[in-house]
Amino acid sequence: MKDLFRTKTKLAGIFLGMIFLMALPPFYTSYWVSLMTQMLIFAVLAMSLDVLMGYTGLSSFGHAGFFGAAGYVTAILTTRYHMGFLACFLSGITLPILISLVFGFLVAHATGVSFLIITLALGMVLWGLAFRWVNMTGGDNGISGIARPDVGLSLVLKDPLTFYYVTLVFFLTAMVLLVILVRSPFGHSLKGIRESESRMRVLGYHTWFHKYLAYVVAAGFAGAAGVFWAYFNGFISPFDMDLNASIEIILMVILGGPGTLIGPAIGAGIIVFLKNFISAYTQRWLLILGSIYILTILYAPQGLVNLLRDWFRGRRLKAETTIAQEAKSTCKTWDK
Amino acid sequence: MGDFLLVQTLNGLSFAALLFLLSSGLSLIYGVMKIVNIAHGSFFMLGAYVGLSVLARTGNFFLAAIAGGLSVGLLGAVMERGFLRRFPLQAMPQMMITLGFALIFRDLSLLIWGGDPYLLEAPPFLKGSTTVFGVVFPIYRLFIFGVAVAVAIALWLFNDKTLVGAKLRAAVDDHEMARGVGLNVPLISGFMFGLGAFLAGFGGVMGGPIFGVYPGLDFELLSLGFVVVLVGGRGSLLGSAVGSILVGLVDNFGKALIPELSYFTLFAPMALVVALKPAGLFGKE
Repeated sequence: MKDLFRTKTKLAGIFLGMIFLMALPPFYTSYWVSLMTQMLIFAVLAMSLDVLMGYTGLSSFGHAGFFGAAGYVTAILTTRYHMGFLACFLSGITLPILISLVFGFLVAHATGVSFLIITLALGMVLWGLAFRWVNMTGGDNGISGIARPDVGLSLVLKDPLTFYYVTLVFFLTAMVLLVILVRSPFGHSLKGIRESESRMRVLGYHTWFHKYLAYVVAAGFAGAAGVFWAYFNGFISPFDMDLNASIEIILMVILGGPGTLIGPAIGAGIIVFLKNFISAYTQRWLLILGSIYILTILYAPQGLVNLLRDWFRGRRLKAETTIAQEAKSTCKTWDK
Repeated sequence: MGDFLLVQTLNGLSFAALLFLLSSGLSLIYGVMKIVNIAHGSFFMLGAYVGLSVLARTGNFFLAAIAGGLSVGLLGAVMERGFLRRFPLQAMPQMMITLGFALIFRDLSLLIWGGDPYLLEAPPFLKGSTTVFGVVFPIYRLFIFGVAVAVAIALWLFNDKTLVGAKLRAAVDDHEMARGVGLNVPLISGFMFGLGAFLAGFGGVMGGPIFGVYPGLDFELLSLGFVVVLVGGRGSLLGSAVGSILVGLVDNFGKALIPELSYFTLFAPMALVVALKPAGLFGKE
């Protein structure tokens, strides 16, 4: 009965979401179409970080670096070499993957807070390259004039609505791939590492390699989102990959609910909306962002989606949860 | 060439002095409380801004340095008592709280002091240059190196030779045992956080005549501070001194020799240390 109810709510949610994302956009104003395109791009970015944060328990503070690197690849290939969509998309995924293959050796052995510090420093290295390697990146000015490409199939991406639908297809594809990933045995091992890396190691899992792969996969998806962002925005600059940018992605994940994929996507939607909406009225965006951070940690540390789910499940499961929590704390004692 | 090397080394050391004022607090806060303080760069920036205002009113640079340090130290203590203490030893929530504060401090300082960069004025007797080992070098840069050495010695004496220091080390080594033998660990932690914030704010004023102060200084220095902590080792004073000197020199020579890759030059030493000795040069495994 409970499962049936849950499947029903889930299906209804998916159905409503589909109408909202697919059927309604032609009736929106161009402002909303552009806003929703942004939401979808950042949703992919936030979901890619969720693989690390939510599923593997590793908070990366340099994730915007991969996003930005892909953006720069797209910008340089488009403006200087007039390359097409496919070439840009593939290189935009390849470069972050290559970078993460190298960085991965430094971060994959780290856990918790040291992972955070190392990724923060590595993110700074990438940002520093974008900022100082002026010949290649244009430094502070960034690269502008990234034309939207011709994808073939007689799609004209210069039309905002067409671009929106292509982004939607991209978002859905990424979501399906990521859902398959986290439900695969590999995804379950990642969760195991999140709960207790030492126990997974004792069970014979190659935890280092799992973390390494998760880092690379997250970088690849972040890169794909970066390509779309460069095309959408027509402009890329070091500000797209600085610490502020990485912090915003983390908030998207935390606000929405780590370890749920859909949560971070919703979190991304909320943050992108607020950022655009609020900046129309006031310049105090960072003040509000900071306050949202503190309020989230104080009042909804598990994220909105998990909060809602717990609320839906209600008191009926309360007894079970207490037992589960007791079991968990017993396990924690074993760890020590 | 010899002159170039000497001048750049001295420049690097004066930068290392500021990095030490920043990173010693960052490292100790991490060591004692396991808090990754994302607002530490903001403390540095806020200190410089407060110093700027005090300097404009009184014209006394040293008063400005003390005021910058004390106000930020107080702010840190309030932050710790009011918010961080709610999440004892929970690394992620604490980090997120400091992150929220970092964003708020950035925006508030933009609101109060505006977006223009300012340079703090050094006291008259520290202006100008002098000759060191045959090269002409600004007196002020030598002065802050001296200040950092003095602070390092004071911190070392405090840490190694006083009772409070001994309690502090006990709290670093084993939180639970320290509590068990009756030490007031929350009080020590609060004091530690305030002291770290004080040093950062003081460092901000000290760095004012060289870097100036501007929005964005906070995260720029925070990243460098974390590189120092990574290289030197978490929770170690000696580590943050050695790490500061290494990072200061590498950063400075990188900027002078290959300006295009200036931040990238930091990557090599950091990667080496992280790969070979994950806990940092002087960190405990």
